[in-house]
Amino acid sequence: MSKYLSKLTFWKATAALILLAGAYSAGVRIFGGLGAATNLSDEFPWGLWIGFDILCGVGLAAGGFTLAAIVYIFNAKKFEPIIRPTILTAFLGYVLVIVALMFDLGRPNQIWHAIIMWNPHSVMFEVAWCVMLYTTVLSLEFLPVVLERFRLTKAMSVLKKISIPLIILGVLLSTLHQSSLGSLYLIVPEKLYGLWYTPYLPVFFFVSAIAAGCGMIIFESFLSSRAFNRGLEMGLLSEIGRVAVVMLSVYLTMKIVDLADRQAFSMLFVPRTETCLYWLEIIVGVVAPLLMLSQAKVRASQNGLFASAVMIILGFVLNRMNIGISGMEAWAGKSYFPSWMEIAVTLSIVVVGFIAFALATKYLPLFSHERTRERHIPTQEWIEDLMTVSQPH
Amino acid sequence: MIKKKAMLIDITLCIGCNSCQEACKAANGLPEGEEKRLSATAYTALEEHDGVFVRRMCQHCETPTCVSVCPVGALEKTPEGPVIYDESKCIGCRYCMQSCPFQVPRYQWGSTYPRIQKCVFCYDRIMKGLPTACSEACPTGATKFGDWDDLIVEAFDRIHAEPTKYIDKVYGQREVGGTSILYISSIPFEQLGFKTQLQTTPLPSLTWNALSKLPGVVSVGGVLLAGIWWITNRRIEVQRYEQELKKMDDRSNGSSDHLN
Repeated sequence: MSKYLSKLTFWKATAALILLAGAYSAGVRIFGGLGAATNLSDEFPWGLWIGFDILCGVGLAAGGFTLAAIVYIFNAKKFEPIIRPTILTAFLGYVLVIVALMFDLGRPNQIWHAIIMWNPHSVMFEVAWCVMLYTTVLSLEFLPVVLERFRLTKAMSVLKKISIPLIILGVLLSTLHQSSLGSLYLIVPEKLYGLWYTPYLPVFFFVSAIAAGCGMIIFESFLSSRAFNRGLEMGLLSEIGRVAVVMLSVYLTMKIVDLADRQAFSMLFVPRTETCLYWLEIIVGVVAPLLMLSQAKVRASQNGLFASAVMIILGFVLNRMNIGISGMEAWAGKSYFPSWMEIAVTLSIVVVGFIAFALATKYLPLFSHERTRERHIPTQEWIEDLMTVSQPH
Repeated sequence: MIKKKAMLIDITLCIGCNSCQEACKAANGLPEGEEKRLSATAYTALEEHDGVFVRRMCQHCETPTCVSVCPVGALEKTPEGPVIYDESKCIGCRYCMQSCPFQVPRYQWGSTYPRIQKCVFCYDRIMKGLPTACSEACPTGATKFGDWDDLIVEAFDRIHAEPTKYIDKVYGQREVGGTSILYISSIPFEQLGFKTQLQTTPLPSLTWNALSKLPGVVSVGGVLLAGIWWITNRRIEVQRYEQELKKMDDRSNGSSDHLN
């Protein structure tokens, strides 16, 4: 028990330290400008906040629309027990992406300009609209959980009536958004290193996001079962692992066909940093989890499933960072490594995500078996609790 | 009809006196002082490559990448040639910097309310019928202002008049669909730091290939998803109905058994 406690305080202390550093860095960013807080430059205008916070944040939220489609469109109702935490992850992911964007934009107070000043030729314009609309859709998809908590049955029945069109809209917006993050890089054919630049970037972004979404569903189920001593829906998670196998196979096949199309196989053996990073991303994030998850034995084992999910996520993050950062360095003629303040802000955003998820797990009927059980937390106590948990200890 | 403006920069004539930068800074209200590279306070700069001076500035592309990528339309290509910037629209996403094939736009990194900084082809001056400040200040004629149609002819005339002196290429004639700034040189352009691998079709068409497919994806995708939902939902309803039927059957069978 004492071991458990000390472990808990260790994580709390780490989180508090990260948040402190993050708050300081945020202050420097706000009052000193981007130059004071980041290692960005004229040659390297997009860094960690775009490469990780935006590209990975949106991609890792892909579990939300994948599972929503499985449960509501394909009517595979057996997956219902894990839909709520997954939608919540997606929603939190998008909210945090917007937070990160507010730090990265030079003039965040003018972010709303995209609503009235249109340029339909710009991928960034599409991205902006997808973020706005899909965050709204996600909040509506998650709202029933909050309404249920406060027993607002009338509002719930209204939402229920529009749920299917809402889910369809959500899947469409996600498809557009995931792929458009890849389209952002279509315009830099000379800048982005040839192993990553392809006209199929939007398709690759979409397919890999679904695979990463599967990885995230498994990953977060394990974490919350660990953290809250909850049972694990192993049967369902193995099935999700199977979906990941399909998506990873599609992705790998397309990658090979694409290299063949562009006659770029020789690039796989050029002795450069980019080559190593590319191999790492493909082996760790695609080939290895594909081989592991295609075996029923691995899918049925907790460790095997968890390890595969972590590898898919790592490979995905590496892919996005390669496209957003490493693949650009050679052309830019300048290397970039994020400043400690950029890292602190990024980590803080991740920590805030974890805290928000933990709070929601505690106070909202997220997991199906709890829904039948009455929850006796008076509102007063609920708010007090919220205040204490949200403050770093 | 509006004549498209251009500048012809003859690298062989440049003596590196920096008058262009001085005049540019004065015309645009930028802080004085010589700068060797483009910056947030230098819209143009002379880069030295082994004693040869290469004037760098915004190329004012025919189909500018920056204009196409800006989500809020803060950058605009005017019919006269200049690519101009409206900072009141800008949200600071820096996509223009990321995507510019010539790495031109600069940012005010130290500012809490930064703007993009780049040459605007002395838009106000040329709308009044004046030449650009830099071309006016150039003592050797290395930078010449005029109509695009005239200057491209002049560029080739100069090359053909002295074919041993000049490289047979006008940089900017075709790069990414052509630019308003044209260069001629006696040294191969790649040795002077020019991007010579650029494609000749405008870059925005690459994005448009993907963006133009969106209405199709949305309509086909929407119908497809609704269709799948309709089928799977119907299947569940049928199953439920059959179960009900079976239950009723069982019940009536059971009761008839009981009666017998």
